[in-house]
Parts: sequence; structure tokens; C-alpha cells
Amino acid sequence: MHRPGMLSIWFFIGLLLLAYGVLILGAGISDYVSPPPHPLVLAELHAGIWWGGLLIAMGLFYTVKFRPGRNG
Amino acid sequence: MQAITDVSLAPALLLEAASETLLRLSPVDLIIIVLYFLTVLGIGFYLKTYTKTGEDFFLAGREMTAWVAGLSFLAANLGSLELMGWAGNAYQYGILAAHWYWIGAIPAMVFLAIVMIPFYYISKTHSVPGYLKLRFGEPARALSAISFGLMTVLMSGINMYAMAVVLKVVLGWDIYFSIWVSSITVALYVTLGGLLSAIFNEVLQFVLIWLGALLISIIGLVEAGGWRGMVARIHTNFPTQDYTHIWRTLGSFQDNPMGINWVGIVFGLGAVISMGYWTTDFLVVQRVISAKDLRSAKLAPLIGAAFKMCVPFIVILPGLLGLAMLDTPGHHFLVGGEAAAEALTHGQVLHTYDEVLPIMLARYCGPGLMGLGITALIAGFMSGMAGNVSAFATVWTYDIYRAMFRKDATDAHYVSMGRWCTIGGVLVSIGTAYLALHAHSIMDYVQELFSFFIAPLFGTVLLGMLWKRATGPGGFWGLLAGTLSAIGMWAWVKTVPSAVRYIALSPAAKPMAENMFRALWSGLICASVTVLVSLGTKPKTDAELAGLVYGCTEIPSEGHLPLWQRPIFWAGVVSLAFVAIQIVFW
Repeated sequence: MHRPGMLSIWFFIGLLLLAYGVLILGAGISDYVSPPPHPLVLAELHAGIWWGGLLIAMGLFYTVKFRPGRNG
Repeated sequence: MQAITDVSLAPALLLEAASETLLRLSPVDLIIIVLYFLTVLGIGFYLKTYTKTGEDFFLAGREMTAWVAGLSFLAANLGSLELMGWAGNAYQYGILAAHWYWIGAIPAMVFLAIVMIPFYYISKTHSVPGYLKLRFGEPARALSAISFGLMTVLMSGINMYAMAVVLKVVLGWDIYFSIWVSSITVALYVTLGGLLSAIFNEVLQFVLIWLGALLISIIGLVEAGGWRGMVARIHTNFPTQDYTHIWRTLGSFQDNPMGINWVGIVFGLGAVISMGYWTTDFLVVQRVISAKDLRSAKLAPLIGAAFKMCVPFIVILPGLLGLAMLDTPGHHFLVGGEAAAEALTHGQVLHTYDEVLPIMLARYCGPGLMGLGITALIAGFMSGMAGNVSAFATVWTYDIYRAMFRKDATDAHYVSMGRWCTIGGVLVSIGTAYLALHAHSIMDYVQELFSFFIAPLFGTVLLGMLWKRATGPGGFWGLLAGTLSAIGMWAWVKTVPSAVRYIALSPAAKPMAENMFRALWSGLICASVTVLVSLGTKPKTDAELAGLVYGCTEIPSEGHLPLWQRPIFWAGVVSLAFVAIQIVFW
């Protein structure tokens, strides 16, 4: 929906995904550097790193595309 | 549709067994969950500025794009027990559970988009009971509004209780803390921004549900060696059962773990229950009629249908992966509610089917991803609850309060009433949750009661839209007869269990089959009574039915649009994809 001055829901989604991406990527790198004593099944895939990266990419896309002042 | 399994039984058992938690959260997981709560509340506060009129509060200004309306249409359905309940069903029944996402949803969504939406939208009704008022008169509206309002807040409370129990078992959170934090959050953002806020947050929740749950399926498939590897493992574990085909085992009740046959699935689920839920339950229809124009309103359910077809990837697949990776030959790692209860009497804690999703989450997801997965579960709970509460606020304000108590108040007064009854609805839900805490069996009754109203309502609305000879008395008496007959059949089987042979046409039928056949009969009784009474009473004129009934309504042509912009084209694409999936998993 478009109302004058109203932020798009996709902008909020972008911001949250960006924050989540940073947190998950950070946790993934931390696990990579110092692996936990009881690793998960398929821990060698380092899912946190690439999933965090994916969230950052999606978050950046939505944040930039639907940023305030720009009609998406 | 909510999962109708021993999900309702499980929370009571889980609660007693919750001395140790399934998952442990790290600080980063907690930050992710807290960020989620702050964001949904922030959106509510932000949108309060844009929610001034009744049209804003109850119908989001009728300005939603097809995408936003379509995603919230689907997210509102991803209620409290949806994710965990259906993952548990998939573990218990195999891929048969996917019928609730495919034949139990897609044909109904396409039917809603192409056949029914024009009448909801052109009539400018605020609600489904509102449509019944226009078409059949006040008695039909009163019956459906009161039953819908009552059952919606009760269901909301039951879902809230189930969510709190899950959080207690999975995370060790205090049950009262979960009930109050989640309900206050939902009450705040819906009270502030009405449907606008509910819809915005539902879109956010939809994205989080996918991103939080998708990874389980991806890593699970890697571990299992792809789809074929998973199927091979399941066949090795259970060589005498077929868990991986959706139609092949439906020839008779005895051939599949669900105890149902194709007649129950096609006619009970596909033609009555699913049609009833997706086309007349105001919880989901409200999202669609908030669209900015008729074309968007028609596209919204089609967008929802396209995503609905994919939901089994994040809900059913984890259950199947559980069968492949958790189980050993001839032995299920997870058990049903009754077996868990039996084990508990001997001091042994067994995990139930419904815990398959968090167990798979714990298997694959470390810090951060775990928080995202839990956020996905909480988002599912909250989107369903917000859907219930916002639909209740609309029906209460427009179809009960305005219709029966105060017809001519100002718009601002009705918005204020909407806000207060949002809070009231949440408080009643909390009361129901507390009641369920002390009397677990109420969960079973409320979930079954809810299903009593769906099938007859579909019969009434459908005849109202497509048959101009249907009259007001016909609509009212048909709806009443269908509802009472559903209650009667349910009570009959409750008191005389062997009566299931008459309701479901087989003594081998299990509860799921009984639900399907009961819905089928009540829908047929509703339609028969509506037709008979209508033929004996005076019909409305064509002029009175303009905008309400097929043949008396001018539906805008879409012939000037390019093919790819027409809803009918996308309805065809969705239908073809649906047929292809049935063939692939036959």
C-alpha cells in the first residue's frame, strides 16, 4: 500500500533480516573459529555462516530497495 | 486449518514431562527473539498514526497490494499448532499429511479467487456474516456472527495455551510468562494498528517462518542423501508401511496409517472442509477483502496458493526426515500421546510426534540459527492469534455490536469499540488458556466445535452466491440444520463409538476420517435444507440481489489486460502445478 510518507513493510523486513544476518553470521564464525565440544550433525557445513550471509544479502536488498523516500 | 491429531492431547502430557527442556538457547538466540518482539511492537506503534477510520482499522483501508494481502492470507493460517502439529502428523502418517496443503487448500483457494471473491468484494461487505446479512437477512448473520465470534476467541485461547506449553517444553519458559508476554504483544500491536498492523506483521512473520524453518529441510536432505536417500531410509526402517505416496494407499481405510480412504480425502477434505475453511472463515477472507481493487483481491488467494503448495517443504518434509533419520528399523523414536502418557506412569519420558520439528531443529541448528528457528515458531503462533483477534474485533463491532446494540454511532466510536474489543478478546482468550490449563479436555472439545460451523457455512454462502432462488429463511434454516446435524453426529459417536461405521461408512475409520465424513454430511444437510426451504418461500427480486449473486451481478471484465496480468491465467498456472504435484507424489 502507498500512503504519503508511510514506510513499506518490506523496509522493516529488510532491517530485521540484516540484523539477524549479522548476528547469525557472527555466531557461525565464532563456531568455526572455536568449535563447540559437542558439534551438531553436519556441523562441517557451517550453516550459520552461509545462512547468515544469505540473510544479510536479503536484508540489504529490501532495505535499499524500499528505503524511506523511494517508492518500491 | 489447525492440525486435528493428538496435538490436542499432547500439551497436557508434555506439561507433566517438562522437567527437562529440549533446547538450550545461547545469548545470541535470545537477542534474536527479543529483536523480533521489539520489531512487531514497533510496527504497531508506527502504524497507529495511519489507523484513524473504521475502514483503516477493520479493513486496513482496503489498500493492500495483492502480494501483501496474499502473504498475510496465508500467514494468518499458520497458527499456533500449524507448524509443529503438521510436522508431527507427517512423522505419524507420512506424506499423506500433505493432502491438507494440497487438495485440502489449493482447489479451495483457486475457487475463492475466481468464483467467490467478486461477490465479497463487489458487495463491499466488511465480513462474511455481513455478506449473509445482505444476502439472507439478519437471522443468518446473527447465527454466523455469534458462533464465529465465540469460537474465534476460544480457539485463540486454546492456541495460546498450546503455544505456552510448547515453549515450556522446548525452552523451559514459565507457562504464565509465555501466555502473558505473547498475548500482551499481540493485543498491543492489533489494538494500535488494527488489521493494518496485523497484516504488516503477518507478512514479516511469514518471511521469518520460512527463513527459520527452511534450513532444517535443506540440511536434513543433505544428511539423508537427497529425496531418494530419504525415501530409501524410510522404506528400510518400515518396509511394510508406505509413508511416501499420497494417493496410492487410499484405496481402503486399512491400507494407510491415517485410516482414511480417497472418498474422505476428496469429498470430505477437498470439497467441504477445505472449501469451508478457505472461502468462508473470516479469519482468512478478511485479509483478501482488504485488497486495493478487485484484481488484487482475486490475485491474493492465488499468490497464497502458490506458497501454500510449497509449505510442505518446511512442515511435512521435517516429519519425513524424522522418519528417515531419527528412527531405526521397525522402531519409532517418537511416540503418540497415549504411549507417552503410559510411559510417564512408569517414570519414563518419551518424546511425542509433535516434538519432531524442535528435535530436528536441535539436530542441525547452532547458536543464532536456533534463535531464528524458535522465532519462526513464535511468529507462527502470533500470526495465527493476531488473525483470530482482528477478525473477532471486526465481527463483534460490525455484526454484533452495531447490528444489535448501537446502529447509528459515529465511525470514531466503532473504531474505539474495535480497540476495546481487541483487548477484551485477548482477555477472554487468556481466560480460555487458563481454563485449558486446569481442564485439558476442553482443548479437544473447542477444536471439534470449531469444525462444526465451517462445513454448513460453506453450503450457505455458496448457495447464496450461485443460486438466486435461495431465500433468507432457506439460508438461515440450512445453516442451523447443518450446524446442529454436525453437533448431533459428533455427540452420537462420542456416546456410541461404534456409530462411526454409519458416519464414516466403515468400522475401520479413524478420527480423521470421521471428521471428514461428518463435514461432508453436514454440508449436504445444510444444502438440502436450504434448497427445500427456499423452494417453499418467496425469493428476492433480481434488483435486490445485485452485487450479491451470480447472474444478478455485473463482474468487471479483464479482457483488456495482457494475459499474464489476468487472475484466471494464474489460476490456471496454479491448478496445473497442483495437478503436477499430485502425479509426482502419486
